[in-house]
Amino acid sequence: MAGSGTDHLRAPQDALIRCENLVVEFPVGKSGLKVHAVSDISIDAKPGETLGLVGESGCGKSTTGRALMQLPRPTGGRVLYQGRDLVQLPGAELRQLRPEMQMIFQDPISSLNPRRRVFDIVAEPLRIWKRASGAELTERVNRTLENVGIDPAVADRRPHQFSGGQCQRICIARALVLEPKVIICDEPVSALDVSVQAQILNLLEDMKATYKLTLVFIAHDLAVVKNVSDRVAVMYLGKLCEVAPPDDLYANPAHPYTAALLSSIPVPDPRIRPSEENVLGGEIPSPIAPPSGCRFRTRCPRAQDMCAQVEPKMRQIGLGHYVACHFPLEATGPKPGAAQLAAKRAAVPARPVAPPRPPGTQAF
Amino acid sequence: MSRKVVSGPDAPGRDPNAPLLRVVDIKTHFKTERGTVRAVDGVSFQLDRGRTIGIVGESGSGKSVLSRSVMGLLPGRNVIREGHVVYEGIDIVGFDSHQMRNIWGSEMSMVFQDPMTSLNPVKKIGRQITESLHEHLQMDKQEANDTALALLSSVGIPEPAARLEEYPHQLSGGMRQRVVIAIALACGPKILFADEPTTALDVTVQAQILNLLQQQQHERHMAMILVTHDLGVVAGRSHEIAVMYAGKIVEHAPTNSLFANVRMPYTEALLNSIPRLEYMSHTRLDIIGGRPPDLIRPPRGCSFAPRCRYAQPRCIEEEPPLMEGDQPGHTYRCWYPVGSPENLEAYQRNIVAGRTATGAPVEAPVTIDAGGRF
Ligand SMILES: Nc1ncnc2c1ncn2[C@@H]1O[C@H](COP(=O)(O)OP(=O)(O)OP(=O)(O)O)[C@@H](O)[C@H]1O
Ligand SMILES: Nc1ncnc2c1ncn2[C@@H]1O[C@H](COP(=O)(O)OP(=O)(O)OP(=O)(O)O)[C@@H](O)[C@H]1O
Ligand code: SF4
Ligand code: SF4
Ligand SMILES: [Mg+2]
Ligand SMILES: [Mg+2]
Repeated sequence: MAGSGTDHLRAPQDALIRCENLVVEFPVGKSGLKVHAVSDISIDAKPGETLGLVGESGCGKSTTGRALMQLPRPTGGRVLYQGRDLVQLPGAELRQLRPEMQMIFQDPISSLNPRRRVFDIVAEPLRIWKRASGAELTERVNRTLENVGIDPAVADRRPHQFSGGQCQRICIARALVLEPKVIICDEPVSALDVSVQAQILNLLEDMKATYKLTLVFIAHDLAVVKNVSDRVAVMYLGKLCEVAPPDDLYANPAHPYTAALLSSIPVPDPRIRPSEENVLGGEIPSPIAPPSGCRFRTRCPRAQDMCAQVEPKMRQIGLGHYVACHFPLEATGPKPGAAQLAAKRAAVPARPVAPPRPPGTQAF
Repeated sequence: MSRKVVSGPDAPGRDPNAPLLRVVDIKTHFKTERGTVRAVDGVSFQLDRGRTIGIVGESGSGKSVLSRSVMGLLPGRNVIREGHVVYEGIDIVGFDSHQMRNIWGSEMSMVFQDPMTSLNPVKKIGRQITESLHEHLQMDKQEANDTALALLSSVGIPEPAARLEEYPHQLSGGMRQRVVIAIALACGPKILFADEPTTALDVTVQAQILNLLQQQQHERHMAMILVTHDLGVVAGRSHEIAVMYAGKIVEHAPTNSLFANVRMPYTEALLNSIPRLEYMSHTRLDIIGGRPPDLIRPPRGCSFAPRCRYAQPRCIEEEPPLMEGDQPGHTYRCWYPVGSPENLEAYQRNIVAGRTATGAPVEAPVTIDAGGRF
């Protein structure tokens, strides 16, 4: 990829947050070598949109998310928030924007201070930013806790008295209490059990509607990303491979890496046999000396000589569908397992879908 | 190759015609300051040669304690163990660690989630493999080296000769797990326990490792116990699946029967809460409210009752025993099994009441399929 390029970006005025040609490098000790964690990545999210970022360990998802927040400031590129370039913004002005951009992390328990009461954890941003005090503060904290499904009556307890899923709800409450515009969710459900994961995914969808949020949702699990996203960007080794609406990405993966990722995911259905042929060989190369040309070429079943010479650029292949590959898969080509899935969909009646419920309530 | 006969093919009492492994009502409880943790609470199953059982359950359901109990790999203190583990006709529960040493590696071996915990960081890969070959199979140096080389290449490690001279930290996560698998396979075990062998790996590497395990199992006619929290991992790769909840097997069935004919409400709820690739994006997921019970004070009746949408008064009072389903080999613990008329009645009662017998709220689903089932 994979590749670089900005063809997939929408008009600057349409995006709430947008990064162009983002580069993040880390020095390796005193060796003079660099970790090329993020190499020329451009992404954008419109107001109210959820952008999913997916890829395997070490591909630079977290680094991208943190660079959007200027944590730390990137090595290169621009990060535009409501049209202003955060990379060039003086520290004091950047600080003023902080309440509008929040982050949620993978490990909910360790991101909460174990010695503080849950009420104070959620109240802290309001106190720091002097947004509320007294009765108003109490009211706002309690309302936020209720919205995420935590009973304010137990808010005097400390984090260890809550389960992992409840701690993630508390983290979400802390991120929401300032009523931000953007939340970067970095693997928010990866550490949770499947039954709890579903609760948090549904909660994030509800909160997005209630608070009119724009989300950048980072995860390594494509099925999870697909469930919550309006647009998905697939990453590999610091580059973008493919950007598409989630249902189209799944039905018509164009990048060989996306296709391999899709066919590696174990499906909870014994009628769909695990694929033997589409399994990728090898492992992700070192980001210290990434391959020339297309970074995926060392594992790509379609690689040609050209792939080592010329880096592919993002180009459009369908409505909202972009790929960075010299030899993409046919958009209409059969996808491994597609026939079985179609048969399955025909055989299984529509799954009951519970009606949307008011935020914070739990039902079965 | 000669083997010691403490547990070998010629050991007294050993019956090669007996089932490979029978686990009978094992209980493993831990004494702690807070009380007794009933981590595994009466589990039975049988494993035949060359077969794979998938053990699935959420965090804390007792999967790892169960596999360690069967392998006799538990800390000596604070543990209360009951039940029988019958390996080829011999009950090995009373074996001391000296006797177990003859079982570990050559009869049963284990692959853990984190390859680094099973590898010695300061020993070369080669020595870690040849050691057990010396110990169990009395191979001489040359023979052990040749075998190690063959093993490494059979698990798909490129340039195996060079790897023999390397240390674990020089390998990637996927390569380390291949080495761990090579070590586990070295002495030709009849049962391989794989406890979340791919949970720490990337999904493309996971697919490689699962394929490798399956291929090795096939070639060696080895039985496997594949422990995972991911129903997807076992769906395509096991003959039967046991679903664990709060220290017990709550449903056990041939894999196809389990998916086609779920009986246990917990299994059903688990399947419905997984986001699936084939769902349209923004599909509302079915959730299981609440969380698993405290293993120190489990509820009196059915341990899933506080989270079950079908729960009735009987579920709170009486613990359901393991019941036989219509399909051969399909068992479950539920008074109102999914797909039965009693289940439908129970659900309708709860929908009308707006709550289950444990007080959990229930909403009516919006769609009812043609079969009349919700
Ligand atoms: N502070 C740092 N110093 C040096 N290298 C770093 C630093 N942070 C990240 N990296 C490296 O940058 C690369 C990208 O890391 P990043 O954490 O962004 O990946 P990721 O996609 O979030 O992976 P994961 O799924 O494991 O969270 C990795 O090779 C990582 O080791
Ligand atoms: N040595 C011990 N002392 C006390 N409790 C223990 C001990 N080992 C395990 N437990 C408890 O036994 C229960 C079952 O643990 P186990 O490790 O088997 O779960 P698991 O199903 O493997 O979960 P995971 O998916 O997280 O690995 C847990 O509640 C755990 O806290
Ligand atoms: S075909 Fe070439 S450009 Fe496309 S992903 Fe493979 S190596 Fe990269
Ligand atoms: S219906 Fe009753 S017995 Fe069956 S799982 Fe639910 S609570 Fe348990
Ligand atoms: Mg990360
Ligand atoms: Mg475990």
